[in-house]
Amino acid sequence: MREGGLNEREAVLRDLLLRGMAGDGAAYHSFLKSLSAHLRAFLRARLINMQDEVEDLVQEALLAVHNQRHTYDPAQPLTPWVQAIARYKLVDLLRRRAGREMLNEPLDDGLAVFAASDSEAADARRDLDHLLAQLPDRQRFPIVHMKLEGLSVAEAARACGMTESAVKVGVHRGLKALAALVRSSHENG
Amino acid sequence: MKTDELISMLASDTLPVGLRGWRRRFGWALAGGLGLALMLMVLLLGLRPDIAAAVTLPMFWVKLAFPAAFAAAALMMLLRLARPGLALGYTGFALAAPVLVIWLLAALSLQGTSAAERSMLVWGETWSACLISVPLLAVPAFVLLFGVLKTLAPVRPALAGAAAGALSGGISAAAYALHCPELAPVFIGLWYLLGMLVPAALGAAMGPRILRW
Repeated sequence: MREGGLNEREAVLRDLLLRGMAGDGAAYHSFLKSLSAHLRAFLRARLINMQDEVEDLVQEALLAVHNQRHTYDPAQPLTPWVQAIARYKLVDLLRRRAGREMLNEPLDDGLAVFAASDSEAADARRDLDHLLAQLPDRQRFPIVHMKLEGLSVAEAARACGMTESAVKVGVHRGLKALAALVRSSHENG
Repeated sequence: MKTDELISMLASDTLPVGLRGWRRRFGWALAGGLGLALMLMVLLLGLRPDIAAAVTLPMFWVKLAFPAAFAAAALMMLLRLARPGLALGYTGFALAAPVLVIWLLAALSLQGTSAAERSMLVWGETWSACLISVPLLAVPAFVLLFGVLKTLAPVRPALAGAAAGALSGGISAAAYALHCPELAPVFIGLWYLLGMLVPAALGAAMGPRILRW
């Protein structure tokens, strides 16, 4: 599974992220795609007794990376930033499960987040669609049209009867609201 | 929802990402916090009446420099703690340095003093006012800084909250120094420090509750 060294992988991912943040949607899509495989391998190796939780946590970490990407400083290496987010979400889960399950592997930094990658996604247990349905229409419609029907911003704007900038803002705020719903679903359950 | 669908959904968020916006928000929070602390100090406590004479005293400037240096170090820590993946580096030493300097000055000023003089230097005449006013004047900066922190991603929320609290305490103590008549380094190294540590402790307690993301 080693294709190129860690430094090379860091450079490739960082380049994709920066291009994505500059507006290159395709680059951002492939950044998220390979990031999800790295996150999956990283979390799977640390949640030995909680394999059912891995895909939920991958999704949560992806949402966090996306919603917090403004906190990434391009002058900073990408690996520690991603790893800190993944660990934060992991520790959060382990705290919620404390008492029920024991931490299998101590949270050392021995294994770098980009060291392994795993593209075999299991099914997520939490259904984000269910949470998505709770968003207000002005956020939900743009997200659903762009995600499910693969429409462009202009097409989604026509379909929703909204302006293009309202569609963009709706998607953006909707994804933040979705992360907040995930968080409150932890607190209530 | 499958993870691939989530990825497509995230990639459809094409709103431009402002990488500098949060720095500006910190700047506004600092300016607002300092401005409101000065305003509260003038309205509720008043500038010390002999301020024109006081500015010629070296200790007046030490009393301003101590909280200012403390606040600057707390800001350096906060800027690192507010975002994932940044090490604290030497910022802890930077926070300890002004405390050590004022304690050194305090120790020197206690040399060869009698017990009565020492008690006067430690308690001054306004220690309780200092201990109440510094945390109170810190409230605006505390609230504004927590507001900015909530838009960022601290992975150590207790420490981030403590740094935000220490920073608001430093700002407040600097504003309070323009009212306070005390000049003894012992007083400053004790009561000013405690006054700044109250919001820091509060920030550490509130961080994990408020700064979840």
